[in-house]
Amino acid sequence: MPAFTPPPLPSEDKRWKIVNGTMRKNGFARHALIETLHTVQSSFGYLDDESIRFVALTLRVPLSQAYGVATFYHYFTLKPPGRHTCTICAGTACYIKGADKLIAAAEKKLCIKQGQTTPDGQISLMTARCVGACSRAPVVLYDGEVRGEMTSEQVLGQLEGWAAE
Amino acid sequence: MTIEELEQIAKNARQEQEKFDYEVKVCMDLACASQGAGELKDALEKAAQSCGKKVCVRRTGCMGPCSHGPLVRVDPEETLYHHVKQADAPAIVDSLGGEPVKKLACDLHEHFDKQVRVVLENAGYIDPEKIEDYIARDGYKALLTVLTEMTPNGVVHRVTESGLRGRGGGGYPTGLKWGTVAKAKGDLKYVVCNGDEGDPGAFMDRSVMEGDPHRVIEGMAIAAYAVGASKGFIYVRAEYPVAVSRLTTALREARRHGLLGNGICNTPFNFDVEIRLGAGAFVCGEETALIASIEGKRGTPKPRPPYPASSGLWGKPTLINNVETYANIAPIVRNGGKWFHDMGSERSKGTKVFALTGKIATTGLVEVPMGIKLREIIEVIGGGVPTGHKFKAVQTGGPSGGCIPAEMLDIGVSYDALLKMGSIMGSGGMIVMDDTSCMVNVARFFIEFCMTESCGKCIPCRAGTAQMYNLLTRICTGAGTMDDLALLEDLCSTVKETSLCGLGQTAPNPVLSTLKYFRNEYLEHILHKRCRAGVCNMEAINSETPSEVTA
Repeated sequence: MPAFTPPPLPSEDKRWKIVNGTMRKNGFARHALIETLHTVQSSFGYLDDESIRFVALTLRVPLSQAYGVATFYHYFTLKPPGRHTCTICAGTACYIKGADKLIAAAEKKLCIKQGQTTPDGQISLMTARCVGACSRAPVVLYDGEVRGEMTSEQVLGQLEGWAAE
Repeated sequence: MTIEELEQIAKNARQEQEKFDYEVKVCMDLACASQGAGELKDALEKAAQSCGKKVCVRRTGCMGPCSHGPLVRVDPEETLYHHVKQADAPAIVDSLGGEPVKKLACDLHEHFDKQVRVVLENAGYIDPEKIEDYIARDGYKALLTVLTEMTPNGVVHRVTESGLRGRGGGGYPTGLKWGTVAKAKGDLKYVVCNGDEGDPGAFMDRSVMEGDPHRVIEGMAIAAYAVGASKGFIYVRAEYPVAVSRLTTALREARRHGLLGNGICNTPFNFDVEIRLGAGAFVCGEETALIASIEGKRGTPKPRPPYPASSGLWGKPTLINNVETYANIAPIVRNGGKWFHDMGSERSKGTKVFALTGKIATTGLVEVPMGIKLREIIEVIGGGVPTGHKFKAVQTGGPSGGCIPAEMLDIGVSYDALLKMGSIMGSGGMIVMDDTSCMVNVARFFIEFCMTESCGKCIPCRAGTAQMYNLLTRICTGAGTMDDLALLEDLCSTVKETSLCGLGQTAPNPVLSTLKYFRNEYLEHILHKRCRAGVCNMEAINSETPSEVTA
């Protein structure tokens, strides 16, 4: 079998080198697909068609399989996130302590549904399945930073602060 | 690494600790860290430097009672301080050697007295990023004993003798599983650690991986020796970035000390571990789906047999255990199977870690001997439901479990007892609900979870959970009829009996258990269009009931 030559990087963007590095570390093996998509998402913020194509081609995985994996797992997003992300935990403990009220208040404030980004690209409103900080429920992550025992007022205050930036 | 070298490291670490008169330990687990434990530790270090006393400030994993955080413990006095703020640091350092700071001291004797710590024995004592701390507390001693003094069969025998059962939820006897993989034929075998704690409301595995990562690695290495594997994988949720980084550090340290890699402890035993990230799919907690995910595919389960023990990862014999199961292995090897067997109830041995959350005074991690009454966990250890409200139910086992009502609280916790009550042990989430929770809505919440998390491979789970969700929504909005209830019950048994994997087979449990113990709430919703907790919005049907949309 002829030696495998990986395809060239899509552009000069240095982030592709990081993505390529993950694949090289795993010997360009097919099972590195999820690991690589994680690297793409952490470097670019989301997965777009170009990156999925590039990863699929480099790992010699059918495009359908790569797209299947990217859409199967909730952690991966195919849409670019806003400048700030407000993630409200919707795990059981948070639900019992009223996370649904926080979600409703945030949706009303931003005029978007969970999983969407405001039209100006400023704020994304997400929900999480559980971040494991259940003892401090309800939990909200502001740009990934965990804050416990949140009230609707506190969440709205943070959202207002971001919107004013 | 030899036993002598290990003892030397332990001795050095202890000598290093003896240089200090006082040790101030700061809990840096997620709950405490989110309240400023990091700044607090910096402030304590600064105060310690200028106080003239010999003080060592150490970060640790979860100390347990998270609702009291940020927590600080001062040794050797064992004084526990709660709700400590950055500004309190000088007062704590000043008090060393004298009277404890009164306004911060907390008495949690009742919380701790009933607990027995095996898995959490190091939590709150060691710095999770320092292998020396772990070795100083007998870490890796079990691994070296196993490699130099025991045969693989002997290890399997000891684990079997202990009566340990899988802590991931199913409760399959661990020794039996190890024996099956050990007997399976194959030149290559794998050991996998299931750290995909997808069950919402549970965080035991996160705390163990973050607070005592070496314990998991040691357990895996012992398992690998017992079953004849040379490669291991830890599958961790991507939602736990701290756990991933602690495990990465721990693996690097273990390799550096020759506790992983080739020819461990000058024996022919080779073993190394790789971390694999999950990507937010609850179904990947199921072993065949987890294997698919490690292979880089969509996490859909496969019919069993063949079981992973004979054909798992890349078709090779694979041993899959939960984080907490591996965390129990080193103490079992050190203290003997009988020691473990003597703890717990008749058919459930040892201890179990629970994540106690919800409407309860003291939330956090607790470790109790099996067989303890649920009432003791909730009322004594957890301090009961905060005043003004009445206990209604406790939910165990997450979306696969059920709700246990107040009248069943005097039953001892064990795999079999919980199963009999219509719930399961699960991985150990324990969520307390009071009279402000509507049980129909709770059932709807879990079915919605299972509906979104269903992988879609088999029809009963994919379509069944969606239909169950529709029926429950009808009941919750006041549109439900008695026919809907009958249909719901019928669907429950269909989904339970015909689904491919554990997710579907257990998805109806929250509905079945609430129907069993809280049937009158369902009937109130259907017949009287009334939600006694005031959670469900019946406005569509009954415009006289004013209530806010919350469901």
